[in-house]
Amino acid sequence: MYKINAESKGLVSHGVSACAGCALELIFRNVLDVLGEDTIIVIPPGCSALFSGYGKETAVKIPGAQMTLEATAACCTGIKRGLLAQGNTHTTVLGFAGDGGTVDIGLQSLSGMMERMEKVIYVCYDNEAYMNTGIQGSSSTPLGASTTTTPAGKPTKRKDLVGIAAAHDIPYAATASVAYLTDLRKKVKKAKETDGPSLLHIHAPCPTGWRYDPAKTIEIARAAVETGCWILCEFENGKWVINKPLKELKPVGAYLKAQGRFNNLKEHDIAQLQIQVRDHYARFIEKAKLN
Amino acid sequence: MTYKMLDGNGAAVEAMKLARVKVVSAYPITPQSSIAEKLSELVAKGELDAEYIRVESEHTAMSAAAAAQLTGVRAATATSSVGLALMSEVVGLAAGCRVPIVMPVVNRALVAPWSLWCDHSDAMSVRDSGWLQFYCQNVQDVLDLMIMAYKIAEHEKVLLPAMVCLDGFFLSHSMQKVEVYDQKLVDQFIGEYIPKNTYLNTEDPMFICDLTPPEDFTELKYQQKVAMDNAVDVIAEVQDEFYRIFGRKSSIIEEYMTEDADAVLVALGSMSGTAKHVANEMRKRGLRVGVLKIVVYRPFPFKQIREALKAKKVVGVFDRSAGLGAQGGPVWTEVCAALRGLDIDIRGYVGGLGGRDVPETTIEKIFNELLDIYKGKRILHTNWIDVKDNAMEIREVLKVV
Ligand SMILES: Cc1ncc(C[n+]2csc(CCOP(=O)(O)OP(=O)(O)O)c2C)c(N)n1
Ligand code: SF4
Ligand SMILES: [Mg+2]
Repeated sequence: MYKINAESKGLVSHGVSACAGCALELIFRNVLDVLGEDTIIVIPPGCSALFSGYGKETAVKIPGAQMTLEATAACCTGIKRGLLAQGNTHTTVLGFAGDGGTVDIGLQSLSGMMERMEKVIYVCYDNEAYMNTGIQGSSSTPLGASTTTTPAGKPTKRKDLVGIAAAHDIPYAATASVAYLTDLRKKVKKAKETDGPSLLHIHAPCPTGWRYDPAKTIEIARAAVETGCWILCEFENGKWVINKPLKELKPVGAYLKAQGRFNNLKEHDIAQLQIQVRDHYARFIEKAKLN
Repeated sequence: MTYKMLDGNGAAVEAMKLARVKVVSAYPITPQSSIAEKLSELVAKGELDAEYIRVESEHTAMSAAAAAQLTGVRAATATSSVGLALMSEVVGLAAGCRVPIVMPVVNRALVAPWSLWCDHSDAMSVRDSGWLQFYCQNVQDVLDLMIMAYKIAEHEKVLLPAMVCLDGFFLSHSMQKVEVYDQKLVDQFIGEYIPKNTYLNTEDPMFICDLTPPEDFTELKYQQKVAMDNAVDVIAEVQDEFYRIFGRKSSIIEEYMTEDADAVLVALGSMSGTAKHVANEMRKRGLRVGVLKIVVYRPFPFKQIREALKAKKVVGVFDRSAGLGAQGGPVWTEVCAALRGLDIDIRGYVGGLGGRDVPETTIEKIFNELLDIYKGKRILHTNWIDVKDNAMEIREVLKVV
């Protein structure tokens, strides 16, 4: 255990107010650790704003700003261009936003940033709902998951964020998971080296919003990958790569049953979901083959 | 001296160029579009050494500009009407982050219904957002007030963003002969951009705009209020210095033949030119009328207005926005507050909405009413001065009763 008052080792302070078992915290620490001090960060409101700080205190040692929910990509653009106008080509500009701030309200500014090919790293940590405002459904909430605005389970599928990024033909987009940290860190490094926009969509299990034992975050994250509910992939220079192709998908039942947000699913709902996950995975494999 | 034929938008661009803006992010909207176009053209031709961001909305335009300026450069954007409404969230953010960005607002009515034409409802809707606001009477004003706005906004006792408001079409698209200043003199006058409060720099990290508890929020707002208060003196100093260097006089309010006037009309924007002209004409006929033009609307020059009008009996105020649901338009409301306790009859006029011209006849009608009130010949005034008699008949669906 670190002493809270001791100088923290990395770029993020030791004591932060994220919930116990929060995957977002692990992602945040790792991303900053790979990118290093020559980075400017933009954080919108949402759980990641816990790192912006409160009052006189901040949890980060790099410069940053908490801008608006929908304009993370726009602010990153401005910062990058401001630096370029002063001849600074070395500083990394990082947007670090939740799923709501990305696939819902922030999608327009993200699309603009990608279309203009701004050299910005955009990380979307995906806890699959609006957690900071009390677990409301987002367009990244998966089919069947219950939130405070989808109490009976979300009736529609989630948006495909890397697919959207790929449609902009940006040089690098990838998904990642806290269960595979080496892979995650490698992808952050690749993003840093990308000449143009890069997008990382990182699965972020959230014990508070998904209703599971905080000790099980990594297990849940791994189960999501092993069942095909979260596909680890990269879109690099126009080509898709599936990072850990699965010969066989584990049944989704155990993954779903470990989380309170899927409590309301009946056996036949789970069977339906199983079909949907397999179909989606199969289609993804086909897409990757078309490279 | 160099003179150019410029329209209002051209003058705004000239000022941004003279201020050596380094990042431009703008989104087209009538009647602002030619500012965005002209800036991109200057960048493309290499006549302006800046990064041009072809943004996908005004919300992004202001976000990117404010963020760019935080890295230590002057950033530029411009907008009108619904564009300003769309960016209004970020308008407040830029002010609160104390980013002294300067933005021309080419005044155009807010929807609905759609109008492409001038009124002040756009700028008035963000009047309390922590920005300085200047209103231009003519095209020379656009250039002058823009140049002064950079110096005022960036002053360490101010550090507030500034809107320079120019009436859509009446100024934005009207060609006038404008004196354009020497780059060297402008460089000396404005100086290099040095971020003084908030900035993003990896060698001196700070985190800007985090969640602020109730213990501190009031104080941060108070700092903005004090900056607004400070701006009054800073504006006067900068206007003096501008006069010394460039030879053009400017003031926070302009008192035009008000001294012995029986009736004074308070106006702002391009209509104040018409009002002054009408005052001239009526004076020839022996009618003692005058005009008080508001140049600086934020900070609201309540002291100057009170001083100028304290001995008057009758004052009219022309609002170019409707102030729906309020007792009167926003300018009238604030003039009333400035003159409270004095024995002055203050009459509010709403007109010139959605591009309706404010011709001499409208102004003359107001002056005549005010003079009648002065003489005790009249009690009521025509609040909506240019509304048609058949107002309730012009759209079937909107017909009440
Ligand atoms: C324009 C605007 N609308 C709504 C909000 C309220 N709000 C703050 S955080 C948030 C949820 C964000 O969700 P997400 O991006 O998924 O982040 P999470 O809280 O889940 O980490 C919302 C809706 C806001 N800050 N700004
Ligand atoms: S609500 Fe979820 S995402 Fe937010 S801090 Fe808690 S665990 Fe992390
Ligand atoms: Mg979320």
